Parts: sequence; structure tokens; C-alpha cells
Amino acid sequence: MKGRLASRKGLVLACAVLSVVLLASVVSAIGLGAAVIAPEETARYLWAAVSGGRISADEVTTYQIIWQIRTPRVLLAALVGAGLSAIGVAIQAMVRNALADPFVLGVSSGASVGAVGVTVTGGLAALGIYAVSAGAFIGALVASLLVYVASADRGALSPLRLVLTGVAMSLGFQAVMSLIIYFAPDSEATSMVLYWTMGSFGAANWGALPVVSVVVIVGLVVLYRYGRALDVLALGDETAASLGISPDRHRKALLVLASLVTGVMVAVSGAIAFVGLVMPHLVRMVVGATHARVLAVAPLTGAIFMVWVDLVSRTLVAPRELPLGVITALVGVPVFITLMRRKGYMFGGR
Amino acid sequence: MDLRLDGLSVVTDGKSLVRDLSLEVGSGQVVGLVGPNGSGKSTALRCVYRALRPSSGTVWVGEQQLSCLTMRRSAQVIAAMTQDGAVDLDFTVEEVIALGRAPHLQGNQALSRRERELCERAMDRLDIRHLARRGVLTLSGGERQRVLLARALVQEPKILVLDEPTNHLDVRHQVELLSLLRGSGLTVLVVLHDLNLAAAACDRLGVLCEGRLVTTGTPEDVLTTELVDEVFGVKASIVSHPLTGDPQLLYSLNPSP
Repeated sequence: MKGRLASRKGLVLACAVLSVVLLASVVSAIGLGAAVIAPEETARYLWAAVSGGRISADEVTTYQIIWQIRTPRVLLAALVGAGLSAIGVAIQAMVRNALADPFVLGVSSGASVGAVGVTVTGGLAALGIYAVSAGAFIGALVASLLVYVASADRGALSPLRLVLTGVAMSLGFQAVMSLIIYFAPDSEATSMVLYWTMGSFGAANWGALPVVSVVVIVGLVVLYRYGRALDVLALGDETAASLGISPDRHRKALLVLASLVTGVMVAVSGAIAFVGLVMPHLVRMVVGATHARVLAVAPLTGAIFMVWVDLVSRTLVAPRELPLGVITALVGVPVFITLMRRKGYMFGGR
Repeated sequence: MDLRLDGLSVVTDGKSLVRDLSLEVGSGQVVGLVGPNGSGKSTALRCVYRALRPSSGTVWVGEQQLSCLTMRRSAQVIAAMTQDGAVDLDFTVEEVIALGRAPHLQGNQALSRRERELCERAMDRLDIRHLARRGVLTLSGGERQRVLLARALVQEPKILVLDEPTNHLDVRHQVELLSLLRGSGLTVLVVLHDLNLAAAACDRLGVLCEGRLVTTGTPEDVLTTELVDEVFGVKASIVSHPLTGDPQLLYSLNPSP
């Protein structure tokens, strides 16, 4: 039995409430940090920035903290949280595996290799400050492509082969990365590895935001529109074919979409573990398995979660920053285990 | 709408699973495919519901070639109840049945009132109304089979193909399911293991052995002591059902050595 949220009205209400919570979280998180600014003040600064209003000269420093540093960072956190959750849903449907997350296809380790490679060799210098991100993006896409080529069997993608190939390739990429670092033993490369494998929004700026928001939002909309197709895929390949959905064609399309969106997200934030794995399960426990519902709710909860995780990351041991992956796991694991035990949640067999 | 398999062959990894199979299922007829394990029955069915593309030969749906239809279009005409009934996610029974409407709906379009009533009628017909809100992963094998058939019926097909639909069902539900097929008015191609049920339920039978169609005809014509011995390697006595006159097989176990 599913709760009240299973009804259409309940779902719309839930999404409305979650949107308000998200907005409030964003404004609060922009106000919070080393210099604490009240939510109404924050809102006034944001309004001034958006509407081109005036602020007095002694407020310029605060304004810059808010608009130039914190706002892009918090927005990026929200976007990446939303994207990871939705792509997690899609990947779990694509490879038909409860353990799958956005990085199961080797995207994160591929991105790490790309980023570290660019840092060590100084390649892509023409791209300036975006060189490392571009390297990460290229690494992510190359990784997905390799996983695809290695797992395709006469052009068809079997879910289990895809996961196994992805996991094996990830280990391979990690080895390549270790090798690069071993031969270029400067401290920068080592800290880069931590950044790319645990994730951080520390490098957020307005420059990257347009690309990320377009890619993530388009990805979310496309996935949502394919909600029913994902439902049908979850009934098995034979059944999907008999219901007019070509499992293979959809799996390929999903692979391309997931790789692009994840690649872009990894390039700006590193690989933030756990959210894309667990948020889909958490949301399914509450709203049921139907993908259109899960894909409406998961991006919102993922965004809210990530905004608060990022806040903890930059305030808990300020001025140092905790890696995001540490917090997502420390908070998420107990919540997940508790809910799973209480709800008698099932994915596949028993 | 009639269904015709014309010279169908399937070769996978150099192995011939189905060889030059031609079979006609007239409009509204129930035709059974029988044969020993690995004789190509399921493979032939998979070509009809498009999980598999035949290596050669054609499937005709009415006047059209199946391969010329989009998958969505053919799913509006042909529904299947497959062996692979494993579901990954804990959908409720009513959600799974509603997915039978997928070939008729655009994107996430909601079900109309008529379609929701259709789903409810299908649940009533298969005696699963009380399971509507249960998660499919909690069902017994037999209950799940009935859910899958309900989903196929909701698809409102003209042609229904079923791969061993009586698996996991108790006797009562086996009889009810096959009676439902007979009374459905649909063109039905069904793989059955139980020759007695096949004889009772089908207008015609096709017997497959090693991918080839050995013979086809009415159950009376097809089910002979010689054929059962030749194809299945079993000695059976064949009697006429006292009420219906259908041929029924009585098996004797091999004498102990």
C-alpha cells in the first residue's frame, strides 16, 4: 500500500511544498556562512541584483559575498543535487539494478583521469580557467563511450553487462589516475584527486552556471517525458517489446543522456557520491515506483538535500571545507537504512 | 484479424532455433504450439511480439507485414503474455495493469475514464480486484500470471500470444484462464506444455520439434499415439473425453528397470 502521495492531487501538493522549501533553503543558504546575513536582507540583495536596483556603498562587500560567491555556489548545488537524483533514477531503470548510480558507467573515474591529466600535462591551456572542467567532461564522455563499446554485444546492450563493464572500467580508470599521480608527485595533483572523487562546489562561479543549468534542466524535462517508457522498461525487455518500447533503443538514448548530464555535473563539482544512488530509493518509498512521479519529486528533494549538505560542508569546520561525499554519506546512510527497514522496501526480488 | 507465420527462421550464434516455420492462425481462432523443451516454441512467439527479429521469413498481421509496422503500432494490435514476468520495481497491481495502455497513450498522458474502467473489468475477469493496491513483488507466481494477462487484455489487442500462461496456476485458474481465451474472440497463439489442456483449449495445434513444424491440424488429427511417441518420446494411451470428445492423453510411467 502506498501513502496518500500516490494520488495525483497529493503529488502536485507535495511538489508545490517542496518547491517552496527549496526556495527557502536557497535563500537561507545564501545568507548563511562565515558572515551571517538575515534571510530578508539576503532577499533584498538578491532582488537588487536581479532587478538592477541600487545598494549603498558600505554594502558592496556583503553584496559581493552574496551575489558573486554564494549565489552561484548555492544554485550550482541545487542543480547538481537535482540532476544527480534524476539521473540516478534513469540509470537504475536503464541497467535494471538497484545498486546503480550516475557514476556506475565509469563517468566519475573517467572525469578524474581527464581532470588530473589536464592538470599534470597543462593541456587544453587555451580554455583558461575552464581547462580542468573541460578535461573532466571529456574524460567522462570518453569513459562512457568505452563502457558502451566494450559492453555492446552485436549492437545490443544487456543491462548486466553494462554494469559489470562499467564497474570494471572504473577500476581501470582509477588505476590510470593513480599511475599519473605516481609519476607526477606534486601535492596539487593529490588534492585534485580528493576534489574529483569526493566533490566540492568551492570552484563555483557564474561562468559555468548557464551551461550546467541548461543541460540539467533539459535532461530533467526529457527524462520526465519518458516516465512511462521507463516504467515499461522496468517490466523486462520481453514485455517492453510487446508494449511497443524497444528496450535497446531506449537504453542507448538513456546512456547518451545520462553520460552528457553526469559529465557536465562532474566537471563542475566532482563526483558527489550517494545522492544519485539513494535519493531514487528514498523517493520511491514515499511516492511509489511510477517514474513520472519519482522524476517529479526526486529532483526537488535532491536539490534541497544538496543545498544543505553544501552549507554544512563550508560552515562546519570553516574556513576549511569538508568534502561533500563525506557528508552525503554520513547523513544519508542512517536515514536510508532506517527508512528501508520501516517501509519493507523492495527492488527486484525480496 | 489473422496471423500468419511464413517461412520463419531464427538463427542465433550459428544455431538454428526455428526452421522454415509456416503456420496460420485464423481470425478468432485459438492455435496451440506444443513440443518438447527447446523445440523453438518460445522463439517463434518472440518473433510475433517483436522481442526478436527473425533471420528470414515474414510474420503477417492481417494484410500487413509485421516488420513494416512501428513497434508501437504492432503493440496496439498484438499483446503478449511472456515468460519473463520479473518486474524490477514495486509497482502496484493496478499500476502494472494500467501500463497495458502504454501503446495507446502519448508520453505520461493519464488514463481516460473509459481506460480506467477497462482496467477494472480486466481485474474482475481475472479475479484479482482484491489485489489492486498490492505491490507486484509480493504476489505469488499464480497471482502474477493473472496480473500479466490482465495487462495484456487491457492492451485491447486483436491478437494475443501467450507463452505457457498456465505456469504456476492452480487447476481452477488454469481452466478459467483457458476458458477466458476461448471466449475472448481474439486471435490467439499460445504455447502450452500440458497436451490435455492444449487439446481442450485449442481449435488447432502445431507440433514443433527441433525448430521444425512436424504437423498441424485439429487436436484429434494431431494427437496420436505414434506422434506423441515420436516427438515427445512418451507412450500414451489416447481416449476421448466423455463430455467434450476432445482427445486426452493418459500416460504410464516407464516400467522400473
